[in-house]
Amino acid sequence: MKFTCDINVKHLTRVEGHGNISIKITNGKLEEARWEVVETPRFFEAMLVGKHWENAAYICGRICGICSIGHTLASIRAVENAFDIVPSKQTDDLRLLLKHMETLQSHILHLYFLAAPDYLQVGSVLPLAKTHPEEVQRALRLKLLANDMCDCVGGRRMHPTRTIVGGFTMLPEKEELERFRNRLTDALADLTAAADLFQSFTFPGFVRETEFVSLRGKDNYPFIGGDLISSDGLIRQEDQYLEMTNEFCVEHSTSKWSKLSRKSFAVGALARVNNNFKHLCPEAQEVADFFRLSPINHNPYMANIAQLVECVHVVKDSITIIDTLLGNTWEAPRQAVEEKEGSGTAAVEVPRGILYHYYEFDQNGRVQKADCVIPTSQNHANIYHDIEELATQCAQSGKNDKEIELLAEMLVRAYDPCISCSVH
Amino acid sequence: MSDTLTYLGVKFPKPRVAFFELTSCEGCQLQVLNNEATLLDFLSLVEIVTFREAMSERSDSYDIAFVEGSISRKDEEDRLKEIRNNCKILVALGSCACFGGVNQLKNRFNDLNWVKKEVYGDFPIDTQEVKPLADVVQIDLEIFGCPIKKEEVEMIVTNLVLGKSITHPPYPVCMECKANENICLFELGEPCLGPVTRAGCDSWCTNHKRGCWGCRGPAEVANVEQLEEIMKEHGFSTETLLDRLECFGGFQSQVSDIKNRTKEID
Repeated sequence: MKFTCDINVKHLTRVEGHGNISIKITNGKLEEARWEVVETPRFFEAMLVGKHWENAAYICGRICGICSIGHTLASIRAVENAFDIVPSKQTDDLRLLLKHMETLQSHILHLYFLAAPDYLQVGSVLPLAKTHPEEVQRALRLKLLANDMCDCVGGRRMHPTRTIVGGFTMLPEKEELERFRNRLTDALADLTAAADLFQSFTFPGFVRETEFVSLRGKDNYPFIGGDLISSDGLIRQEDQYLEMTNEFCVEHSTSKWSKLSRKSFAVGALARVNNNFKHLCPEAQEVADFFRLSPINHNPYMANIAQLVECVHVVKDSITIIDTLLGNTWEAPRQAVEEKEGSGTAAVEVPRGILYHYYEFDQNGRVQKADCVIPTSQNHANIYHDIEELATQCAQSGKNDKEIELLAEMLVRAYDPCISCSVH
Repeated sequence: MSDTLTYLGVKFPKPRVAFFELTSCEGCQLQVLNNEATLLDFLSLVEIVTFREAMSERSDSYDIAFVEGSISRKDEEDRLKEIRNNCKILVALGSCACFGGVNQLKNRFNDLNWVKKEVYGDFPIDTQEVKPLADVVQIDLEIFGCPIKKEEVEMIVTNLVLGKSITHPPYPVCMECKANENICLFELGEPCLGPVTRAGCDSWCTNHKRGCWGCRGPAEVANVEQLEEIMKEHGFSTETLLDRLECFGGFQSQVSDIKNRTKEID
């Protein structure tokens, strides 16, 4: 069927930050399909130059409002690696617990507030409060639990206060952790109900083969530090991150792009599930099976389901971490920090994918150079080429403008892009 | 104003509200969604007509505009002027909108070309010195903080809807911190801007044993010179004080004073 369409979405809604989609098809032939990033850059890497190390996490955590905990933890880890500080097991456990709750908060926000409205044919979550009150209450309950726990462990759900190089300024009360353990157990039932809701949605059957990059799990589903892996077979160490990111600039984007073995690759929940499926807890694997999500899945819309799978995993793992913490007596919350000349890298899996922070310090502990490689910037090229492929397929299918526009918007939303983060 | 709210038989107008973001992390808008326990009640108080981060519908007809972020490109100035024209009340949401926020840290180099090159190399990129909203349009109300405190936003919006006047406390965070019975962070060996920073956050950071970095800007009664003395007494350098004072842009004049004075001594 020969048909013509001209789609221009300026400042796509229900995503973080500013991006535009344009698709032009004339007489059944694709002329142009673009994903443009027009966000204003903030220049965090320059801001840090000359600043003492204690500024790094405080400032860089503010790269992102949604994943400020992930940025803070990545920044702290990079500083600790530069100064050869090894965190205590207690600090590691608390940091992972905090990370898990950011993952839950962010995934639930995306699944219910940003993605679900498309599948329920509404413009936002607001009308769902009337038509689907139980579902909305459930989403709010899960998000509240995650945010409350972030307050408890990190001091604050956004731009956390207690997280510092060397550990924490103070520790949660054990009674609080016990109460959270109960709420986490209840959350599993909510997540089962969430799976039922998402099971009722029809996910587009679009597939484009790509490469997936994430941390490499050794014994656990990985979140903080360790080796890097790609589904095309590359394995690198954390401090070799530049070999995995290969950033470059393109004229239609204020965010840098990345590439690896192919012209684009993907990071995020789907990449993690694809690369580390065997390390997911059995309950999370069951949810994946329920949606027939198994590695390696190349349908970008299934990233929503990968997020749901991870929600179950982080809730289960958080219960285990709390049990460990409750079984031990508290040690000191923080260790002393001795600054020194050197450099440090951190790779941390944040909700939207693998995040890298890298700093170089002089002998006074002042930043000489900073580099942050953001998950969404690594995804931009993949989003761009997905839209191209989607538009090519649509050009043959005879779908109308509105249908194509919605499919393209849903595609970008499936990546849960954090655009201002990617530009930083 | 469309639609009406009724409380004990008294009718209140339900304002049409829009949210916008300029150069920012969009965290302050997210904070509005982050108040799960009261979110639905809050939403019943206003009619949200534009909120790009959360909804697809949009409208150019609104009473109150909340603008998050600072200005760092010409197109943002134009957008802000358009928003100003469309709204009755313009609220600067968060420290980036009020003072430039962390974004203004790049201004301290006084060399945009170096800043651009440090991040983008030779790739051409458009950016300006970071400005707060008030440098471009008239602001009716400021909500301070990085991030904003959601309870404070809800209180302010409720007062706006009810037509009550809105005031910020003149005293510093230190007062709230004392009222919360915290041990003074200086006693624990931590530097803190609590003595000079505008209150209203209920000493959010210091309650968690984290020193204040001044994200809400100076209190009306701020005595920065006295704070310099306290910092010195506790062995903290001028650099440590300046790191905090310059972090969010609220203490710009005090920072210039100290830097000029330090230069004179050098």
